[in-house]
Amino acid sequence: MGWVVFAFVFWVAAIALNSWLARHPLSETRLGKLLVPTIFGVTILVVWEALVRGLEVSSVILPPPSAIAAKFATSLPILWVDFVQTIVKGALSGYAIGCGAAFLTAVAIDRSKFLQRGLLPVGNFVAALPIVGTAPILVMWFGFDWQSKSAVVVAMVFFPMLVNTVEGLAASSAMQRDLMKTYSASYLQTLFKLRLPAAMPFVFNGLKISTTLALIGAIVAEFFGSPVKGMGFRISTEVGRMGLDMVWAEIAVAALAGSAFYGAVALIEKGVTFWHPSQRG
Amino acid sequence: MRSVIPILTMVAAIVVIWYGAAIGMNAQWARDQAARAGTTLSTSELIADTWSQERPKLPAPHQIVAELWKTTAMMKPTSKRSLVFHGWITLSATMLGFVFGTGAGILLAIGIVHSRSMDMGVMPWAIASQTIPIIAIAPMIIVVLNSIGITGLVPKAIISAYLSFFPVVVGMVKGLRSPDAMQLDLLRTYNASKPQALWKLRFPASLPYLFASLKVGVAASLVGTIVGELPTGAIRGLGARMLTGSYYGQTIQIWSALFAAAILAAGLVGIIGLVQRLTLRRMGAV
Repeated sequence: MGWVVFAFVFWVAAIALNSWLARHPLSETRLGKLLVPTIFGVTILVVWEALVRGLEVSSVILPPPSAIAAKFATSLPILWVDFVQTIVKGALSGYAIGCGAAFLTAVAIDRSKFLQRGLLPVGNFVAALPIVGTAPILVMWFGFDWQSKSAVVVAMVFFPMLVNTVEGLAASSAMQRDLMKTYSASYLQTLFKLRLPAAMPFVFNGLKISTTLALIGAIVAEFFGSPVKGMGFRISTEVGRMGLDMVWAEIAVAALAGSAFYGAVALIEKGVTFWHPSQRG
Repeated sequence: MRSVIPILTMVAAIVVIWYGAAIGMNAQWARDQAARAGTTLSTSELIADTWSQERPKLPAPHQIVAELWKTTAMMKPTSKRSLVFHGWITLSATMLGFVFGTGAGILLAIGIVHSRSMDMGVMPWAIASQTIPIIAIAPMIIVVLNSIGITGLVPKAIISAYLSFFPVVVGMVKGLRSPDAMQLDLLRTYNASKPQALWKLRFPASLPYLFASLKVGVAASLVGTIVGELPTGAIRGLGARMLTGSYYGQTIQIWSALFAAAILAAGLVGIIGLVQRLTLRRMGAV
């Protein structure tokens, strides 16, 4: 009972602290902007821990955060092997191939209005479909190892990336293109000096959407068959053995990897598109 | 309308490439079979065989269409082998989850817009959660809920609600904030209360954003339901059809389930697009 009361009191106190902080001038600073969400996150963890202990929830239903952290710390080698198998081999290779191919395709069809008009609606349509369903087929074609995961990722990221890049290549204004024409710039010069730089915000939008899709594709594809390592494999087998602390540890790895991946792309974007209004001020 | 011809050309090209790929990928099996029978195949026999195998590596489009037709129109919808039956299971879980996820998302967005501490505390997490492959927790939710006796529709609906929740929150917060200061000031001069401002200004202004995120959300919901159907031992639903198909090498079954899922997704997104167009036209926004 004590733990439940503690959870409730802690919750109320944290909410009160946060609303006080939000009205305080401190909240305008960088520190305040970081502090409020951190307090919220810590509160969730503390309340989770206290409720699990107080209500004596069985660890096969919901393990407390402390148990997950302990499991995380003791099974670092396994987590690392899974991380390399799923994220580095499966997701990253597929991400690079898929985004690269989509980018090149977009540049290639850029000169033909006909191809664009045909491919864009098809691409938009396919981007909304549950492509992850191709996983069983691709696992059958490319075998159980990371190549099939990489193929699923390619299929998932290709169309969102294609649509964004084509949109981006159309982003420069008629005035700017006319200016290039008065300079008597060739097609390639216009492409490299005007249209590709102008397309970068759109390209990075596609790259950012694709980071999450890549991880989803790589993990879900492992549910359809994988060697005895990998995050999706570990999640599905540990769930079967009721080793939920390990499952949560894998989820923590997925969350960290997902945010880091996204963060890295966002950081590169900041460097490349420093001129864009959304990056200033 | 002028893009109809390019689109049709593109679709035709895809079908042609597909038939070609089917020949290439299935030829090995056909040749092996012929060699085992001690015969050799002429080119036309080889092509005919690659387009009509029982378990091809890549089924030809007409085989998938035939399978779709056989499992939808030719079977009773209550039969366990009918895709209508499995599609309905998936659709009902998706819709239940989507409705709850969207409702909760809109409520949280209203809270975030009206409370500064919630905005600062919750919003960064809502955005960060979009970069995380949430779907990884799907098997766990299913199995845990199973172990405490909740089975059937609800666990899948929870996953699909969870997946549609965050896109709606992020889109709705943007939408509810979209009225500019001038309009908010006008309402203040009218002495409008906060609920009035919400109902008469913020909510109508947010509709375009809401519909955009609903389209993302419903597609995510469907994916969530399908993935949620995988670890239950593959009994019912489109996801289960894919899994049993991959266990038994029934490629045509996988492809037909995949097409059914695609048609479902396209239908759901299309319906939302239609509602969007009708609503925005009545509001005079288009």
